[in-house]
Amino acid sequence: MTIKLAIFYFLAAFTVWAAAVVVLGKNIVRAAVALIFSFCGMAALYVLLDAEFLAAVQVLIYVGGITILLLFAIMLTSRIGAKTARVINDQAFLSGIAAVGLLVGLIYASTSGIAAISGPPRLPVPETAPFLGRALLTTYALPFEVVSVLLLAAMVGAIILARRE
Amino acid sequence: MMTFAYLVERFYAVTAAWGIPWIIPTLVVMTIVAGVVLGYIAVAAMFLIWWERKISAHIQVRFGPMRVGGWHGWAQSIADGIKLLLKEDIIPAGADKVVFVLAPMVVFAAALAAYVTIPWAPGLIVRDLNIGILYMVSISSLVVVGIIMAGWSSNNKYSVLGAMRSAAQAVSYEVPLVLSLLGPVMIASTMSMEKLVEAQGGWWFGILPKWFVFPQIVAFLVYFTCALAECNRLPFDIPEAESELVAGFHVEYSGMRFAIFFLAEYANMFVVAAIATTLFLGGWQGPWLPLPGLPREVAHGLFGLFWFLVKCYFLIFVMMWLRWTLARLRVDQLMDFAWKVLLPIAFANLIITGLVLVLGKQVLLYVFGIAILLLVAIALAIRTVGKPVRVEKA
Repeated sequence: MTIKLAIFYFLAAFTVWAAAVVVLGKNIVRAAVALIFSFCGMAALYVLLDAEFLAAVQVLIYVGGITILLLFAIMLTSRIGAKTARVINDQAFLSGIAAVGLLVGLIYASTSGIAAISGPPRLPVPETAPFLGRALLTTYALPFEVVSVLLLAAMVGAIILARRE
Repeated sequence: MMTFAYLVERFYAVTAAWGIPWIIPTLVVMTIVAGVVLGYIAVAAMFLIWWERKISAHIQVRFGPMRVGGWHGWAQSIADGIKLLLKEDIIPAGADKVVFVLAPMVVFAAALAAYVTIPWAPGLIVRDLNIGILYMVSISSLVVVGIIMAGWSSNNKYSVLGAMRSAAQAVSYEVPLVLSLLGPVMIASTMSMEKLVEAQGGWWFGILPKWFVFPQIVAFLVYFTCALAECNRLPFDIPEAESELVAGFHVEYSGMRFAIFFLAEYANMFVVAAIATTLFLGGWQGPWLPLPGLPREVAHGLFGLFWFLVKCYFLIFVMMWLRWTLARLRVDQLMDFAWKVLLPIAFANLIITGLVLVLGKQVLLYVFGIAILLLVAIALAIRTVGKPVRVEKA
Protein backbone atom coordinates (compact mmCIF):
# COMPACT_ATOMS: atom_id res chain seq x y z
CA MET A 1 0.00 0.00 0.00
CA THR A 2 2.88 2.38 0.70
CA ILE A 3 4.02 2.08 -2.92
CA LYS A 4 0.57 3.11 -4.11
CA LEU A 5 0.71 6.05 -1.73
CA ALA A 6 4.13 7.05 -3.05
CA ILE A 7 2.80 6.91 -6.62
CA PHE A 8 -0.15 9.04 -5.51
CA TYR A 9 2.08 11.71 -3.96
CA PHE A 10 4.32 11.75 -7.03
CA LEU A 11 1.32 12.17 -9.35
CA ALA A 12 -0.29 14.77 -7.10
CA ALA A 13 2.93 16.80 -6.92
CA PHE A 14 3.32 16.57 -10.70
CA THR A 15 -0.27 17.71 -11.29
CA VAL A 16 0.00 20.61 -8.86
CA TRP A 17 3.36 21.65 -10.32
CA ALA A 18 1.91 21.67 -13.85
CA ALA A 19 -1.14 23.60 -12.64
CA ALA A 20 1.14 26.15 -10.95
CA VAL A 21 2.99 26.63 -14.26
CA VAL A 22 -0.40 27.20 -15.94
CA VAL A 23 -1.33 29.95 -13.49
CA LEU A 24 2.06 31.58 -12.92
CA GLY A 25 3.80 31.08 -16.28
CA LYS A 26 4.52 34.30 -18.16
CA ASN A 27 4.30 32.65 -21.59
CA ILE A 28 0.75 31.77 -22.55
CA VAL A 29 1.60 28.92 -24.95
CA ARG A 30 3.80 27.31 -22.31
CA ALA A 31 0.91 27.68 -19.89
CA ALA A 32 -1.37 25.82 -22.32
CA VAL A 33 1.24 23.06 -22.73
CA ALA A 34 1.53 22.79 -18.94
CA LEU A 35 -2.27 22.53 -18.79
CA ILE A 36 -2.00 19.38 -20.92
CA PHE A 37 0.44 17.83 -18.44
CA SER A 38 -1.85 18.82 -15.59
CA PHE A 39 -4.81 17.08 -17.27
CA CYS A 40 -2.69 13.97 -17.88
CA GLY A 41 -1.75 13.96 -14.20
CA MET A 42 -5.44 14.13 -13.29
CA ALA A 43 -6.14 11.21 -15.62
CA ALA A 44 -3.39 9.21 -13.91
CA LEU A 45 -4.97 9.98 -10.54
CA TYR A 46 -8.31 8.68 -11.87
CA VAL A 47 -6.57 5.46 -12.91
CA LEU A 48 -5.18 5.17 -9.39
CA LEU A 49 -8.80 5.39 -8.13
CA ASP A 50 -9.82 2.54 -10.51
CA ALA A 51 -11.87 4.95 -12.64
CA GLU A 52 -10.31 3.94 -15.97
CA PHE A 53 -13.22 5.10 -18.10
CA LEU A 54 -13.15 8.57 -16.56
CA ALA A 55 -9.39 8.74 -17.14
CA ALA A 56 -9.68 7.83 -20.83
CA VAL A 57 -12.49 10.33 -21.33
CA GLN A 58 -10.48 12.99 -19.49
CA VAL A 59 -7.59 12.55 -21.93
CA LEU A 60 -9.86 12.29 -24.98
CA ILE A 61 -11.99 15.36 -24.22
CA TYR A 62 -9.72 17.68 -22.27
CA VAL A 63 -6.35 16.93 -23.87
CA GLY A 64 -7.41 15.79 -27.33
CA GLY A 65 -10.19 18.35 -27.75
CA ILE A 66 -10.35 21.33 -25.43
CA THR A 67 -6.65 22.07 -25.00
CA ILE A 68 -6.01 21.71 -28.71
CA LEU A 69 -8.79 24.20 -29.44
CA LEU A 70 -7.26 26.46 -26.79
CA LEU A 71 -3.84 26.30 -28.45
CA PHE A 72 -5.52 26.87 -31.80
CA ALA A 73 -7.20 30.03 -30.48
CA ILE A 74 -3.93 31.25 -28.93
CA MET A 75 -2.05 30.83 -32.19
CA LEU A 76 -4.77 32.58 -34.19
CA THR A 77 -4.56 35.62 -31.90
CA SER A 78 -1.73 37.82 -33.12
CA ARG A 79 1.17 38.61 -30.77
CA ILE A 80 -0.43 36.91 -27.78
CA GLY A 81 2.48 34.46 -27.85
CA ALA A 82 4.85 37.28 -26.90
CA LYS A 83 6.75 36.62 -23.72
CA THR A 84 5.18 39.41 -21.62
CA ALA A 85 1.63 38.39 -20.82
CA ARG A 86 0.14 39.76 -17.61
CA VAL A 87 -0.24 36.95 -15.11
CA ILE A 88 -2.12 38.57 -12.20
CA ASN A 89 -5.21 40.68 -12.83
CA ASP A 90 -6.99 43.25 -10.63
CA GLN A 91 -9.08 40.68 -8.79
CA ALA A 92 -6.12 38.98 -7.15
CA PHE A 93 -7.41 39.70 -3.64
CA LEU A 94 -10.92 38.34 -4.26
CA SER A 95 -9.66 35.20 -5.96
CA GLY A 96 -7.16 34.71 -3.13
CA ILE A 97 -10.04 34.71 -0.63
CA ALA A 98 -11.96 32.25 -2.77
CA ALA A 99 -8.92 29.94 -3.03
CA VAL A 100 -8.24 30.00 0.71
CA GLY A 101 -11.95 29.38 1.43
CA LEU A 102 -11.96 26.39 -0.89
CA LEU A 103 -8.78 25.01 0.72
CA VAL A 104 -10.24 25.33 4.22
CA GLY A 105 -13.50 23.72 3.08
CA LEU A 106 -11.65 20.79 1.47
CA ILE A 107 -9.45 20.23 4.52
CA TYR A 108 -12.51 20.29 6.78
CA ALA A 109 -14.42 17.91 4.50
CA SER A 110 -11.59 15.38 4.21
CA THR A 111 -10.64 15.36 7.90
CA SER A 112 -13.91 15.42 9.79
CA GLY A 113 -16.90 16.23 7.69
CA ILE A 114 -18.60 14.89 4.60
CA ALA A 115 -18.70 11.13 4.15
CA ALA A 116 -18.85 11.34 0.37
CA ILE A 117 -15.30 12.75 0.32
CA SER A 118 -13.62 11.28 3.38
CA GLY A 119 -15.22 7.81 3.33
CA PRO A 120 -13.60 4.80 1.67
CA PRO A 121 -14.04 4.64 -2.12
CA ARG A 122 -17.15 2.73 -3.12
CA LEU A 123 -17.05 0.94 -6.45
CA PRO A 124 -20.44 -0.57 -7.34
CA VAL A 125 -19.06 -2.78 -10.14
CA PRO A 126 -15.66 -3.93 -11.43
CA GLU A 127 -16.37 -2.47 -14.87
CA THR A 128 -17.38 1.17 -14.68
CA ALA A 129 -18.21 1.94 -18.33
CA PRO A 130 -21.44 -0.16 -18.68
CA PHE A 131 -22.54 0.92 -15.22
CA LEU A 132 -22.08 4.60 -16.05
CA GLY A 133 -23.90 4.18 -19.35
CA ARG A 134 -26.88 2.45 -17.74
CA ALA A 135 -27.07 5.03 -14.95
CA LEU A 136 -26.94 7.94 -17.40
CA LEU A 137 -29.75 6.53 -19.54
CA THR A 138 -32.07 5.38 -16.73
CA THR A 139 -31.72 6.95 -13.28
CA TYR A 140 -30.02 10.15 -14.41
CA ALA A 141 -31.65 10.56 -17.84
CA LEU A 142 -33.10 14.00 -17.00
CA PRO A 143 -29.83 15.67 -15.89
CA PHE A 144 -28.11 14.06 -18.88
CA GLU A 145 -30.66 15.56 -21.27
CA VAL A 146 -30.49 18.95 -19.53
CA VAL A 147 -26.71 19.00 -19.99
CA SER A 148 -27.15 18.03 -23.66
CA VAL A 149 -29.59 20.90 -24.22
CA LEU A 150 -27.22 23.28 -22.44
CA LEU A 151 -24.34 22.21 -24.70
CA LEU A 152 -26.55 22.56 -27.77
CA ALA A 153 -27.53 26.08 -26.70
CA ALA A 154 -23.87 26.96 -26.17
CA MET A 155 -23.05 25.60 -29.62
CA VAL A 156 -25.82 27.60 -31.31
CA GLY A 157 -24.69 30.69 -29.40
CA ALA A 158 -21.08 30.20 -30.53
CA ILE A 159 -22.16 29.85 -34.15
CA ILE A 160 -24.29 33.03 -33.95
CA LEU A 161 -21.38 34.94 -32.39
CA ALA A 162 -18.97 33.68 -35.04
CA ARG A 163 -21.29 34.45 -37.95
CA ARG A 164 -22.07 38.02 -36.89
CA GLU A 165 -20.71 40.34 -39.50
CA MET B 1 -0.81 -23.07 -21.26
CA MET B 2 2.45 -21.69 -22.56
CA THR B 3 1.21 -18.19 -23.25
CA PHE B 4 2.65 -14.81 -22.51
CA ALA B 5 0.31 -14.19 -19.58
CA TYR B 6 1.25 -17.58 -18.10
CA LEU B 7 4.98 -16.83 -18.22
CA VAL B 8 4.44 -13.49 -16.49
CA GLU B 9 2.30 -15.18 -13.80
CA ARG B 10 5.06 -17.74 -13.22
CA PHE B 11 7.65 -14.96 -12.91
CA TYR B 12 5.49 -13.16 -10.32
CA ALA B 13 4.90 -16.37 -8.39
CA VAL B 14 8.61 -17.23 -8.27
CA THR B 15 9.67 -13.75 -7.18
CA ALA B 16 6.89 -13.65 -4.57
CA ALA B 17 8.17 -16.98 -3.21
CA TRP B 18 11.61 -15.41 -2.85
CA GLY B 19 10.10 -12.60 -0.77
CA ILE B 20 10.77 -9.74 -3.20
CA PRO B 21 8.24 -6.86 -2.92
CA TRP B 22 5.77 -6.83 -5.86
CA ILE B 23 6.96 -3.52 -7.26
CA ILE B 24 10.33 -4.93 -8.39
CA PRO B 25 9.11 -7.81 -10.58
CA THR B 26 6.35 -5.51 -11.91
CA LEU B 27 8.93 -2.94 -12.95
CA VAL B 28 11.13 -5.66 -14.48
CA VAL B 29 8.23 -7.00 -16.55
CA MET B 30 7.20 -3.49 -17.59
CA THR B 31 10.75 -2.64 -18.70
CA ILE B 32 11.15 -5.87 -20.68
CA VAL B 33 7.77 -5.47 -22.41
CA ALA B 34 8.39 -1.80 -23.21
CA GLY B 35 11.83 -2.74 -24.57
CA VAL B 36 10.39 -5.45 -26.80
CA VAL B 37 7.67 -3.13 -28.13
CA LEU B 38 10.22 -0.35 -28.69
CA GLY B 39 12.50 -2.73 -30.57
CA TYR B 40 9.60 -3.94 -32.70
CA ILE B 41 8.56 -0.34 -33.51
CA ALA B 42 12.10 0.66 -34.48
CA VAL B 43 12.71 -2.35 -36.73
CA ALA B 44 9.20 -2.35 -38.22
CA ALA B 45 9.31 1.40 -38.91
CA MET B 46 12.64 1.06 -40.71
CA PHE B 47 11.24 -1.60 -42.99
CA LEU B 48 8.01 0.33 -43.48
CA ILE B 49 10.05 3.31 -44.69
CA TRP B 50 11.93 1.06 -47.10
CA TRP B 51 8.61 -0.45 -48.16
CA GLU B 52 7.06 2.96 -48.72
CA ARG B 53 10.01 4.05 -50.87
CA LYS B 54 9.81 0.88 -52.95
CA ILE B 55 6.02 1.16 -53.38
CA SER B 56 6.20 4.82 -54.35
CA ALA B 57 9.00 4.02 -56.77
CA HIS B 58 7.07 1.24 -58.47
CA ILE B 59 3.89 3.36 -58.66
CA GLN B 60 5.98 6.04 -60.39
CA VAL B 61 7.74 3.45 -62.62
CA ARG B 62 11.12 3.81 -60.90
CA PHE B 63 13.24 1.32 -58.99
CA GLY B 64 13.76 3.19 -55.71
CA PRO B 65 16.67 2.23 -53.47
CA MET B 66 18.53 -0.69 -55.08
CA ARG B 67 22.12 -0.69 -53.77
CA VAL B 68 22.49 -0.80 -49.97
CA GLY B 69 22.41 -4.36 -48.62
CA GLY B 70 22.34 -6.04 -51.99
CA TRP B 71 18.81 -7.38 -52.39
CA HIS B 72 16.59 -4.51 -53.64
CA GLY B 73 18.25 -2.09 -51.25
CA TRP B 74 16.72 -3.65 -48.14
CA ALA B 75 19.32 -2.04 -45.82
CA GLN B 76 18.73 1.50 -47.08
CA SER B 77 16.76 2.52 -43.96
CA ILE B 78 19.46 1.16 -41.66
CA ALA B 79 22.04 3.30 -43.46
CA ASP B 80 19.72 6.31 -43.23
CA GLY B 81 19.15 5.68 -39.53
CA ILE B 82 22.89 5.60 -38.82
CA LYS B 83 23.30 8.77 -40.87
CA LEU B 84 20.58 10.54 -38.85
CA LEU B 85 22.17 9.41 -35.57
CA LEU B 86 25.51 10.93 -36.55
CA LYS B 87 24.06 14.28 -37.63
CA GLU B 88 24.50 17.43 -35.61
CA ASP B 89 21.64 18.19 -33.22
CA ILE B 90 20.56 21.75 -34.03
CA ILE B 91 18.19 23.79 -31.86
CA PRO B 92 17.32 27.13 -33.50
CA ALA B 93 18.39 30.21 -31.55
CA GLY B 94 14.84 31.63 -31.53
CA ALA B 95 13.22 28.38 -30.44
CA ASP B 96 11.57 27.77 -27.09
CA LYS B 97 14.12 25.18 -25.97
CA VAL B 98 12.11 23.28 -23.36
CA VAL B 99 9.05 22.82 -25.57
CA PHE B 100 11.24 22.14 -28.62
CA VAL B 101 13.02 19.27 -26.84
CA LEU B 102 9.81 17.96 -25.25
CA ALA B 103 7.76 17.81 -28.46
CA PRO B 104 9.32 14.73 -30.13
CA MET B 105 9.14 12.90 -26.80
CA VAL B 106 5.40 13.62 -26.44
CA VAL B 107 4.71 12.45 -30.01
CA PHE B 108 6.68 9.25 -29.61
CA ALA B 109 5.40 8.49 -26.11
CA ALA B 110 1.81 8.80 -27.34
CA ALA B 111 2.51 6.47 -30.25
CA LEU B 112 4.29 3.96 -28.00
CA ALA B 113 1.60 4.02 -25.30
CA ALA B 114 -1.06 2.97 -27.79
CA TYR B 115 0.73 -0.40 -28.26
CA VAL B 116 -0.32 -1.46 -24.76
CA THR B 117 -3.75 -2.72 -25.83
CA ILE B 118 -2.94 -4.18 -29.26
CA PRO B 119 -4.08 -7.84 -29.28
CA TRP B 120 -1.31 -9.48 -31.29
CA ALA B 121 -2.45 -13.07 -30.90
CA PRO B 122 -4.66 -15.09 -28.53
CA GLY B 123 -3.18 -14.42 -25.10
CA LEU B 124 -0.49 -12.09 -26.45
CA ILE B 125 -1.41 -8.60 -25.33
CA VAL B 126 0.43 -6.28 -22.97
CA ARG B 127 -2.69 -5.45 -20.97
CA ASP B 128 -6.29 -6.18 -21.91
CA LEU B 129 -8.01 -3.11 -20.46
CA ASN B 130 -11.79 -2.97 -20.00
CA ILE B 131 -11.78 0.27 -21.95
CA GLY B 132 -9.16 -0.92 -24.48
CA ILE B 133 -10.39 0.79 -27.62
CA LEU B 134 -11.27 4.04 -25.82
CA TYR B 135 -7.79 4.05 -24.28
CA MET B 136 -6.14 3.65 -27.67
CA VAL B 137 -8.15 6.47 -29.24
CA SER B 138 -7.60 8.84 -26.34
CA ILE B 139 -3.87 8.19 -26.03
CA SER B 140 -3.41 8.62 -29.80
CA SER B 141 -5.02 12.06 -29.59
CA LEU B 142 -1.93 13.17 -27.65
CA VAL B 143 0.11 13.00 -30.87
CA VAL B 144 -1.49 16.23 -32.06
CA VAL B 145 -0.42 17.97 -28.86
CA GLY B 146 3.19 17.07 -29.63
CA ILE B 147 2.80 18.31 -33.19
CA ILE B 148 1.45 21.68 -32.01
CA MET B 149 4.27 21.93 -29.45
CA ALA B 150 6.82 21.24 -32.18
CA GLY B 151 5.26 23.70 -34.59
CA TRP B 152 5.00 26.55 -32.12
CA SER B 153 8.35 26.11 -30.38
CA SER B 154 10.31 26.10 -33.66
CA ASN B 155 9.57 29.82 -34.06
CA ASN B 156 9.09 29.35 -37.80
CA LYS B 157 6.08 30.53 -39.83
CA TYR B 158 5.87 27.31 -41.83
CA SER B 159 5.95 25.24 -38.66
CA VAL B 160 3.19 27.25 -36.99
CA LEU B 161 1.03 26.98 -40.11
CA GLY B 162 1.55 23.23 -40.22
CA ALA B 163 0.75 22.88 -36.52
CA MET B 164 -2.46 24.90 -36.86
CA ARG B 165 -3.63 22.91 -39.84
CA SER B 166 -2.85 19.75 -37.93
CA ALA B 167 -4.88 20.92 -34.94
CA ALA B 168 -7.89 21.87 -37.06
CA GLN B 169 -7.74 18.58 -38.94
CA ALA B 170 -7.30 16.42 -35.87
CA VAL B 171 -10.16 18.02 -33.94
CA SER B 172 -12.51 17.68 -36.92
CA TYR B 173 -11.68 14.11 -37.85
CA GLU B 174 -11.58 12.75 -34.32
CA VAL B 175 -15.35 13.12 -33.96
CA PRO B 176 -16.43 10.84 -36.86
CA LEU B 177 -13.50 8.53 -36.00
CA VAL B 178 -14.77 7.84 -32.49
CA LEU B 179 -18.39 7.58 -33.71
CA SER B 180 -17.44 5.04 -36.37
CA LEU B 181 -15.70 2.87 -33.77
CA LEU B 182 -18.90 2.71 -31.72
CA GLY B 183 -20.60 0.42 -34.27
CA PRO B 184 -18.45 -2.67 -33.58
CA VAL B 185 -18.37 -1.80 -29.88
CA MET B 186 -22.19 -1.82 -29.81
CA ILE B 187 -22.42 -5.16 -31.63
CA ALA B 188 -19.85 -6.84 -29.38
CA SER B 189 -21.07 -4.81 -26.34
CA THR B 190 -17.52 -4.55 -25.02
CA MET B 191 -14.57 -2.19 -25.36
CA SER B 192 -11.92 -4.77 -24.44
CA MET B 193 -9.73 -5.48 -27.46
CA GLU B 194 -9.51 -9.21 -26.77
CA LYS B 195 -13.26 -9.63 -26.39
CA LEU B 196 -13.83 -7.63 -29.56
CA VAL B 197 -11.66 -10.11 -31.46
CA GLU B 198 -13.32 -13.10 -29.82
CA ALA B 199 -16.75 -11.74 -30.81
CA GLN B 200 -15.69 -12.04 -34.44
CA GLY B 201 -15.00 -15.80 -34.45
CA GLY B 202 -17.23 -18.06 -36.54
CA TRP B 203 -19.06 -17.69 -39.84
CA TRP B 204 -22.04 -15.86 -41.31
CA PHE B 205 -24.29 -18.03 -43.51
CA GLY B 206 -21.47 -20.58 -43.52
CA ILE B 207 -19.31 -18.68 -46.01
CA LEU B 208 -18.47 -15.19 -44.75
CA PRO B 209 -16.14 -14.91 -41.74
CA LYS B 210 -17.98 -13.20 -38.91
CA TRP B 211 -15.95 -9.99 -39.14
CA PHE B 212 -17.55 -6.67 -38.25
CA VAL B 213 -16.44 -5.22 -41.57
CA PHE B 214 -19.46 -6.85 -43.24
CA PRO B 215 -22.32 -5.36 -41.17
CA GLN B 216 -20.25 -2.27 -40.44
CA ILE B 217 -18.78 -1.57 -43.89
CA VAL B 218 -19.88 2.08 -43.66
CA ALA B 219 -18.21 2.49 -40.27
CA PHE B 220 -15.07 0.81 -41.60
CA LEU B 221 -14.81 3.23 -44.53
CA VAL B 222 -15.45 6.23 -42.26
CA TYR B 223 -12.87 4.96 -39.78
CA PHE B 224 -10.23 4.35 -42.42
CA THR B 225 -10.73 7.82 -43.94
CA CYS B 226 -10.47 9.49 -40.54
CA ALA B 227 -7.46 7.36 -39.67
CA LEU B 228 -5.64 8.60 -42.76
CA ALA B 229 -6.37 12.14 -41.59
CA GLU B 230 -5.18 11.36 -38.06
CA CYS B 231 -1.88 10.06 -39.46
CA ASN B 232 -1.49 13.21 -41.59
CA ARG B 233 -1.16 11.08 -44.71
CA LEU B 234 -2.23 11.94 -48.22
CA PRO B 235 -4.89 12.93 -49.24
CA PHE B 236 -5.05 14.57 -45.80
CA ASP B 237 -1.45 15.73 -45.46
CA ILE B 238 -1.92 19.50 -45.41
CA PRO B 239 -0.16 19.74 -41.99
CA GLU B 240 3.10 18.66 -43.62
CA ALA B 241 2.47 19.43 -47.28
CA GLU B 242 6.01 19.40 -48.66
CA SER B 243 5.21 21.51 -51.68
CA GLU B 244 3.64 24.41 -49.79
CA LEU B 245 4.90 24.24 -46.19
CA VAL B 246 8.35 22.71 -46.83
CA ALA B 247 7.57 19.99 -44.28
CA GLY B 248 5.21 21.62 -41.83
CA PHE B 249 5.73 21.23 -38.12
CA HIS B 250 9.13 19.51 -38.26
CA VAL B 251 10.97 21.94 -40.58
CA GLU B 252 13.44 22.96 -37.87
CA TYR B 253 14.13 19.49 -36.54
CA SER B 254 17.29 17.68 -37.55
CA GLY B 255 19.23 14.54 -36.72
CA MET B 256 17.84 12.25 -34.05
CA ARG B 257 14.89 14.46 -33.09
CA PHE B 258 13.69 14.40 -36.70
CA ALA B 259 14.18 10.63 -36.77
CA ILE B 260 11.95 10.30 -33.70
CA PHE B 261 9.13 12.17 -35.48
CA PHE B 262 9.58 9.92 -38.48
CA LEU B 263 9.54 6.81 -36.32
CA ALA B 264 6.42 7.98 -34.50
CA GLU B 265 4.63 8.56 -37.79
CA TYR B 266 5.17 4.99 -38.90
CA ALA B 267 4.42 3.66 -35.41
CA ASN B 268 1.11 5.53 -35.60
CA MET B 269 0.28 4.04 -38.98
CA PHE B 270 0.65 0.62 -37.44
CA VAL B 271 -1.56 1.57 -34.47
CA VAL B 272 -4.28 2.80 -36.83
CA ALA B 273 -4.06 -0.37 -38.91
CA ALA B 274 -4.15 -2.48 -35.73
CA ILE B 275 -7.33 -0.77 -34.53
CA ALA B 276 -8.97 -1.35 -37.92
CA THR B 277 -7.84 -4.99 -37.94
CA THR B 278 -9.08 -5.62 -34.41
CA LEU B 279 -12.47 -3.93 -34.73
CA PHE B 280 -13.38 -4.70 -38.32
CA LEU B 281 -11.20 -7.44 -39.79
CA GLY B 282 -11.40 -10.03 -37.05
CA GLY B 283 -7.99 -9.40 -35.42
CA TRP B 284 -6.09 -12.65 -35.10
CA GLN B 285 -9.03 -14.77 -36.28
CA GLY B 286 -8.13 -16.98 -39.21
CA PRO B 287 -7.64 -20.60 -40.21
CA TRP B 288 -4.99 -22.44 -38.23
CA LEU B 289 -3.55 -25.93 -37.95
CA PRO B 290 -1.89 -27.62 -34.98
CA LEU B 291 1.83 -27.59 -35.76
CA PRO B 292 3.66 -30.89 -35.15
CA GLY B 293 5.89 -30.80 -32.08
CA LEU B 294 4.31 -27.67 -30.58
CA PRO B 295 1.51 -27.36 -27.98
CA ARG B 296 -1.91 -26.32 -29.32
CA GLU B 297 -1.83 -22.88 -27.68
CA VAL B 298 1.55 -22.02 -29.18
CA ALA B 299 0.46 -23.08 -32.67
CA HIS B 300 -2.77 -21.11 -32.31
CA GLY B 301 -0.78 -18.10 -31.09
CA LEU B 302 1.70 -18.27 -33.97
CA PHE B 303 -1.06 -18.51 -36.57
CA GLY B 304 -2.96 -15.69 -34.81
CA LEU B 305 0.11 -13.45 -34.89
CA PHE B 306 0.60 -14.31 -38.55
CA TRP B 307 -2.99 -13.40 -39.50
CA PHE B 308 -2.96 -10.24 -37.40
CA LEU B 309 0.25 -8.99 -39.02
CA VAL B 310 -0.95 -9.94 -42.52
CA LYS B 311 -4.14 -7.91 -42.07
CA CYS B 312 -2.31 -4.95 -40.49
CA TYR B 313 0.36 -4.80 -43.17
CA PHE B 314 -2.24 -5.11 -45.89
CA LEU B 315 -4.01 -2.02 -44.49
CA ILE B 316 -0.68 -0.19 -44.26
CA PHE B 317 -0.04 -1.13 -47.89
CA VAL B 318 -3.43 0.37 -48.81
CA MET B 319 -2.48 3.57 -46.95
CA MET B 320 0.77 3.80 -48.91
CA TRP B 321 -1.00 3.00 -52.15
CA LEU B 322 -3.50 5.85 -51.51
CA ARG B 323 -0.67 8.22 -50.63
CA TRP B 324 1.05 7.81 -53.96
CA THR B 325 -2.08 7.83 -56.12
CA LEU B 326 -4.32 10.57 -54.67
CA ALA B 327 -3.96 14.35 -54.74
CA ARG B 328 -4.04 16.56 -51.66
CA LEU B 329 -7.37 18.05 -50.52
CA ARG B 330 -7.71 21.79 -50.00
CA VAL B 331 -8.40 23.05 -46.47
CA ASP B 332 -12.04 23.94 -47.18
CA GLN B 333 -12.68 20.60 -48.89
CA LEU B 334 -11.09 18.88 -45.91
CA MET B 335 -13.37 20.58 -43.38
CA ASP B 336 -16.48 20.15 -45.56
CA PHE B 337 -15.73 16.48 -45.95
CA ALA B 338 -15.32 15.88 -42.22
CA TRP B 339 -18.33 17.83 -40.96
CA LYS B 340 -20.82 17.52 -43.81
CA VAL B 341 -20.13 14.03 -45.15
CA LEU B 342 -18.33 11.82 -42.63
CA LEU B 343 -20.10 13.03 -39.49
CA PRO B 344 -23.70 12.54 -40.78
CA ILE B 345 -22.76 9.14 -42.19
CA ALA B 346 -21.21 8.10 -38.88
CA PHE B 347 -24.32 9.23 -36.97
CA ALA B 348 -26.66 7.47 -39.39
CA ASN B 349 -24.62 4.29 -39.07
CA LEU B 350 -24.77 4.55 -35.29
CA ILE B 351 -28.57 5.00 -35.29
CA ILE B 352 -29.17 2.12 -37.71
CA THR B 353 -26.85 -0.17 -35.74
CA GLY B 354 -28.73 0.70 -32.57
CA LEU B 355 -32.11 0.10 -34.20
CA VAL B 356 -31.08 -3.29 -35.55
CA LEU B 357 -29.61 -4.32 -32.19
CA VAL B 358 -32.77 -3.34 -30.33
CA LEU B 359 -35.45 -4.44 -32.80
CA GLY B 360 -33.78 -7.72 -33.80
CA LYS B 361 -31.87 -8.81 -36.82
CA GLN B 362 -34.24 -8.20 -39.65
CA VAL B 363 -31.76 -8.61 -42.43
CA LEU B 364 -33.95 -6.74 -44.88
CA LEU B 365 -33.96 -3.62 -42.75
CA TYR B 366 -30.19 -3.86 -42.59
CA VAL B 367 -29.63 -4.10 -46.32
CA PHE B 368 -32.17 -1.32 -46.88
CA GLY B 369 -30.47 0.92 -44.35
CA ILE B 370 -27.03 0.40 -45.84
CA ALA B 371 -28.37 1.12 -49.33
CA ILE B 372 -29.93 4.41 -48.21
CA LEU B 373 -26.75 5.35 -46.39
CA LEU B 374 -24.61 4.69 -49.43
CA LEU B 375 -26.95 6.72 -51.65
CA VAL B 376 -26.89 9.66 -49.22
CA ALA B 377 -23.12 9.38 -48.94
CA ILE B 378 -22.59 9.39 -52.68
CA ALA B 379 -24.99 12.31 -53.16
CA LEU B 380 -23.30 14.34 -50.43
CA ALA B 381 -19.82 13.50 -51.66
CA ILE B 382 -20.68 14.61 -55.19
CA ARG B 383 -22.26 17.81 -53.88
CA THR B 384 -19.46 18.91 -51.57
CA VAL B 385 -16.22 17.50 -52.94
CA GLY B 386 -17.07 17.61 -56.61
CA LYS B 387 -18.11 21.28 -56.43
CA PRO B 388 -16.11 23.34 -58.95
CA VAL B 389 -13.87 26.10 -57.62
CA ARG B 390 -15.65 29.44 -57.79
CA VAL B 391 -13.38 32.28 -58.87
CA GLU B 392 -14.40 35.44 -57.05
CA LYS B 393 -14.38 38.53 -59.20
CA ALA B 394 -12.27 41.32 -57.83
